[in-house]
Amino acid sequence: MIKKEMIAMLLAGGQGSRLGVLTSKVAKPAVSFGGKYRIIDFPLSNCINSGVDTVGVLTQYQPLRLNTHIGIGIPWDLDRNIGGVTVLPPYEKITNSEWYTGTANAIYQNIDYMESYNPEYVLILSGDHIYKMDYEVMLDFHKEKGADVTIAVMPVPMEEAKRFGIMITDEDHKITDFEEKPEHPRSNLASMGIYIFNWKTLKEALLANAQQPGLDFGKHVIPYCHDNGKPLYAYEFNGYWKDVGTLHSYWEANMELIDIVPEFNLYEEYWKIYTKSEILPPQYLSDTSFVERSIIGEGATICGKVYNSVIGCGVTIGKDTVVRDSIIMNNTVIGENCELNKAIIAENVVVGDEVRLGIGEEAENETDPHIYNNGIVTIGEKSVIPNGITVGKNTCIFGKTDDSDYPEKFLASGKTLIKEGDNK
Amino acid sequence: MRAIGIILAGGNSYRMKELSSKRAVCAMPIAGSYRSIDFALSNMTNSHIQKVAVFTQYNAGSLNEHLISSKWWNFGRKQGGLFTFTPSVTAENNFWYRGTADAMAQNLSFLKNSHEPYVVIASGDCVYKMDYNKVLEYHVAKKADITVVCKDMPANVNVDRFGTVKMNEESRIEEFEEKPVVAKSNTISCGIYVVRRRQLIEMIEKCAEEDRYDFVKDILIRYKNMKRIYGYKLTDYWRNIATVDDYFETNMDFLKPETRDYFFKQYPDIYSKVDDLPPAKYNPGAQVRNSLVSSGTIINGTVEDSVIFKETYIGNNCYIKNSIILNDVYIGDNTHIENCIIESHDTIRANSYYVGENEIKIVVERNDRYVI
Repeated sequence: MIKKEMIAMLLAGGQGSRLGVLTSKVAKPAVSFGGKYRIIDFPLSNCINSGVDTVGVLTQYQPLRLNTHIGIGIPWDLDRNIGGVTVLPPYEKITNSEWYTGTANAIYQNIDYMESYNPEYVLILSGDHIYKMDYEVMLDFHKEKGADVTIAVMPVPMEEAKRFGIMITDEDHKITDFEEKPEHPRSNLASMGIYIFNWKTLKEALLANAQQPGLDFGKHVIPYCHDNGKPLYAYEFNGYWKDVGTLHSYWEANMELIDIVPEFNLYEEYWKIYTKSEILPPQYLSDTSFVERSIIGEGATICGKVYNSVIGCGVTIGKDTVVRDSIIMNNTVIGENCELNKAIIAENVVVGDEVRLGIGEEAENETDPHIYNNGIVTIGEKSVIPNGITVGKNTCIFGKTDDSDYPEKFLASGKTLIKEGDNK
Repeated sequence: MRAIGIILAGGNSYRMKELSSKRAVCAMPIAGSYRSIDFALSNMTNSHIQKVAVFTQYNAGSLNEHLISSKWWNFGRKQGGLFTFTPSVTAENNFWYRGTADAMAQNLSFLKNSHEPYVVIASGDCVYKMDYNKVLEYHVAKKADITVVCKDMPANVNVDRFGTVKMNEESRIEEFEEKPVVAKSNTISCGIYVVRRRQLIEMIEKCAEEDRYDFVKDILIRYKNMKRIYGYKLTDYWRNIATVDDYFETNMDFLKPETRDYFFKQYPDIYSKVDDLPPAKYNPGAQVRNSLVSSGTIINGTVEDSVIFKETYIGNNCYIKNSIILNDVYIGDNTHIENCIIESHDTIRANSYYVGENEIKIVVERNDRYVI
């Protein structure tokens, strides 16, 4: 008989639209992070390190890269005879075929999957945060408190609390009330979007609210459980936890990895982060290279100068090129004599020679100022930038561009140049 | 597939000095993130050989650890797979492997229970890429009994630790000398053989009856006039690593762009066990020139013309030149290292000074390491 004490359901279907062109072809959990990882590696590694060996990954938006990355779960030791990792896309039914319309709706549509493992507890995770967390400790807390639902929370500065879902607790950590993005928060305990449910409670709540459009954990399921008198507890987490939902927070989280002793330390033996490694060879630094305060992935070839940057696997950086404060993802090629300032360059991009990125005065982005800001230059995957181009700040380039796209070989600050994808 | 594979990985070599005191030569780390046996294993799998036996004997621990999961070389399959054979005491036999032929004789059932018509035998201490199918095709075309892969060495290379061969114009091997004091030819055997499985079984059984144990001495050399033994010339990169100098130079070859391009960029790939290490980190003070750096490494000092293996820590103000730093080495501040091979898991105290004069110095330094 199959029996798993706790299984995890990982919500990985979101687009992450605030990451702009980085997510135009891949779901946010599949976006590269920290040189060689992808965002989903963090919750998946947490699962296996916590002894959770059954994980359902719910995909919807642009799942190809995510599916390829997860495969049968070999990098995380999640290739199991019973359990392991299962990718769960939305599927057609006799009646009422629909996409996943909300976080809880996605879980609801996979009740059969969860039921097949006969679990006591179900752990709900989201695939877009960077953190290390032992879910087993959280489960111990859940059992000790006799909770029906435990919500992981972390203290945030009071002035930022209004951006989060806030939990109000008593001295025993029992949740007495909660507020979604309150104007005047009564507590600073923000929900991290990590829940442990008793399976019976979760199933009952999902079935009772099945008809709710856009069924959501924060908006519907948690309030339903609370209103029905189920004991809800808040598990306080004090480690590193970073939401990488915007380009600026994504950039910042990457830059934190290069501190001398980073707050989020990837170099600890204990609690390794696993990822699918396709590229094995060591990196090569040539006679003309200089690298300082940076991390660099396997197989990269560096002939230029790199300062304060995160460089992915298999990246090539040409001679006399200077890279500062930038993130360059896997297999991108940067030509010679370039200058890169605060650029986020996605995978498989080709940047020609004498290209200068992030030059001049800042100007607000003309199309999506809420996405492209803080002076960052963002370049989507498989883009091509021809030789000798100068690009300003708060800009975005996506697609194979040529000289005709750059009048006077120049793209001014605040411009968006999209030649690829659905919204070109 | 038409062949099964055998990798001879039993050997120790006094020529490796201290480096082989804790591991088999085949487990020697190569080029930052590989081990020697990865090349033979990857060649096997890239030649679509599905069933491979590895014979190990000397200090097999490090090698077994590397081979513990065969999935990295694509061998974790229902059909075939990777078999590791260490000597074991049986009712008929209580000897160690007394030679390469004896190793095969003691595990004859592996050969007998296979159904593939051919066997590819390779040694695990060479760095090269090869499609064994090409040798097999040649073997069949020549109607050979045994095909030996050979390589012409440059005239200035001393070949006295290899087997040397002389071929006639049809590439049939007429002379075969093992470790000659004065070599008559600069064509050497690469230790890669193709032979029909039944033929091999027959010869191994014959050998065992006569208490002969060595594949080269007792089969190749004794049978060279009776059997049709052919040479197949290998022209691409090939190096045996079983001396300290060869080991050092092979690693240094990877600093050349053409060697990296051949092994790392061109099809097919070389596979190895994945270690899940974070990217290499360069702190302020790092200055790295013409060097290979592997993952998990943290650099605070100067590195020139060197190969840095995995999980190395290089302290502030260090100077490392023309050296090989093996896996998981901690190097304290202000250390000077030149012309050295630093053994894996070493802990080098701050302010140390190691320079190899005239030859490559092997540093084995086991100081206490305090890990926070």
